Amino acid sequence: MEKFDKITGIAAPMPLVNIDTDMIIPKVFLKTIKRSGLGVNLFDEMRFDRQGNEIEDFVLNKPQYRETEILVAGDNFGCGSSREHAPWAIKDFGIKCVISTSFADIFFNNCFKNGILPIVLPKDQVDVLMQDAEKGANARVTVDLEAQTVTTSDGESFSFEVDTFKKHCLMNGLDDIGLTMEKAASIDTYEEQAAQSRPWV
Amino acid sequence: MSPKTIYDKIWDAHVAHEADDGTCLLYIDRHLVHEVTSPQAFEGLRMTGRSVRAPDKTIAVPDHNVPTTLDRANAATMTEDSRIQVEALDKNAKDFGIHYYPVSDVRQGIVHIVGPEQGWTLPGMTVVCGDSHTATHGAFGALAHGIGTSEVEHVLATQTLIQKKSKNMKVEITGKLKPGVTAKDITLAVIGQTGTAGGTGYVIEYCGEAIRDLSMEGRMTVCNMAIEGGARAGLIAPDETTYEYVKGRPHAPKGAQWEAALAWWKTLFTDEGAHFDKVITLRGEDIQPVVTWGTSPEDVLPITATVPSPEDFEGGKVEAARRSIEYMGLKPGQKLTDIEIDTVFIGSCTNGRIEDLRAAAEILKGKKIKEGMRAMIVPGSGLVRAQAEEEGLADIFKEAGFEWRLAGCSMCLAMNPDQLAEEERCASTSNRNFEGRQGYKGRTHLVSPGMAAAAAITGKLTDVREMM
Ligand code: SF4
Repeated sequence: MEKFDKITGIAAPMPLVNIDTDMIIPKVFLKTIKRSGLGVNLFDEMRFDRQGNEIEDFVLNKPQYRETEILVAGDNFGCGSSREHAPWAIKDFGIKCVISTSFADIFFNNCFKNGILPIVLPKDQVDVLMQDAEKGANARVTVDLEAQTVTTSDGESFSFEVDTFKKHCLMNGLDDIGLTMEKAASIDTYEEQAAQSRPWV
Repeated sequence: MSPKTIYDKIWDAHVAHEADDGTCLLYIDRHLVHEVTSPQAFEGLRMTGRSVRAPDKTIAVPDHNVPTTLDRANAATMTEDSRIQVEALDKNAKDFGIHYYPVSDVRQGIVHIVGPEQGWTLPGMTVVCGDSHTATHGAFGALAHGIGTSEVEHVLATQTLIQKKSKNMKVEITGKLKPGVTAKDITLAVIGQTGTAGGTGYVIEYCGEAIRDLSMEGRMTVCNMAIEGGARAGLIAPDETTYEYVKGRPHAPKGAQWEAALAWWKTLFTDEGAHFDKVITLRGEDIQPVVTWGTSPEDVLPITATVPSPEDFEGGKVEAARRSIEYMGLKPGQKLTDIEIDTVFIGSCTNGRIEDLRAAAEILKGKKIKEGMRAMIVPGSGLVRAQAEEEGLADIFKEAGFEWRLAGCSMCLAMNPDQLAEEERCASTSNRNFEGRQGYKGRTHLVSPGMAAAAAITGKLTDVREMM
């Protein structure tokens, strides 16, 4: 997995609440057996009309947001299905960080597995970032995972919380499975005990 | 010992490793797999030379993509990409030696219906699946999470999930339900109250007299939509209703093992005085047959209400409501019972079980659907279908004018050819009314099976109580 350390980039505003995974990546694109190449279909039904033409006023289609790396979004981002295609599409588009007041649980977890940092901040701070993002390409937001801060283009800085283990994995690009396999002995022991206490499983 | 919730008890029984910061490896008893969220996980195993750690605890069934028309044995009924996904699952199940119910097997169906039906899901277990509606299995007093594909790969390789404990939330439904009110109305009413993010960070325990009175089918409907309320899982303590459902299922324990299991299951309840971080109480008597008007499951109103106006809301929800009303082609102030319907879909892991079909048949008996109405019933599994035929329900559906389909997810997410056309309006027993969920620009109203059947007859959203 790609490491996440510090980024300075364009932030795009998406104030809509409850942006669900069907919006992020409609199901017609789930029929793939690969993880890659989904970026072109990110937000497909909001981004393109039926003929495949770009819808001009959709934020990521505006010239100043084409290189977006950070998304500032409304409450409860990523609700709905467990499809990891949603973070795959976001990552493939080039977005590395999503900021909101809240995220749906499965989506939040899926982000970390794909080198994307989801940041939860209080409403008033998200509002400040949303306004900053409205300014377009000249306003660059900085996200520093090590220091756990987000800094607006005006230099206003907010700190955020992140789970220590998840931070460690993200900063070092570590593969969860490899880490868990190092604990195989604990799993073996658990299995032996469970075979005694709950043999019907 | 301090009092524990049922969630605490199941959690404690499954921690295989705990790090200093509280990050745990939670052991997984059952891993359910379907064709859409698993191919990349199996590919990951192959690329790293890893194997499936516990193939005997891993169960696969294709459901999301498969056609539900009677001619589906004919390969031409599937699109190329769907076929590739199903074939990949066939191959992965075979290569890694996991339990498998292929499309040709009568036991095939929606993964969350097949698991309980075959006795794979048992009280006190941890159950995961690369699908958010895994919460369904919580009806058995199991801890059931939906997971992403990376986690599917993690569970395949290690039989564990990296987790931190969630908070406890209690949702109590007191008293009795009124006639015409179902488990679907309970679960929608709860989401209407909490919002779709109200459960974020929590595991919900549903309790109270109205929940106890539900059958296993009804309990599965309630837990199924815990995820729509944002919760990590929803569960209900097991009781006699649970044991009766489980007993004798193909993979349920037998003989002395049954007795041992039962003894443990009976300890799975929330102790007196256990701590909940959040409590919500609804009176069963107050719940009415409900319907969704917008594009979020929290957009719930009693069928007797009218379409709201964006100004009725606050904050970001104003814009979301405006967008929903426009997308749904509605007018503020319009009576919900004046909304005309083009299509009725009865099925899905929310309402595709035998009891749901019985409820629909009850309303449809001796009646015909409105002329021009497209109506389909898609049983949740081949066995549900067989039972409905045996009970004569299938004849009622066919005589009423419904299409009687084979098992699968079908128009719940419209990945197969069952889709809404643009602006086509559907009364659906599924769980999501998101934009485009049932087809590009399609319009979905979530309802109970009885309400869906009633709408098929009148051609409008209808109060089921008037047809009982
Ligand atoms: S029936 Fe619908 S919600 Fe249930 S598993 Fe299938 S697609 Fe998901």
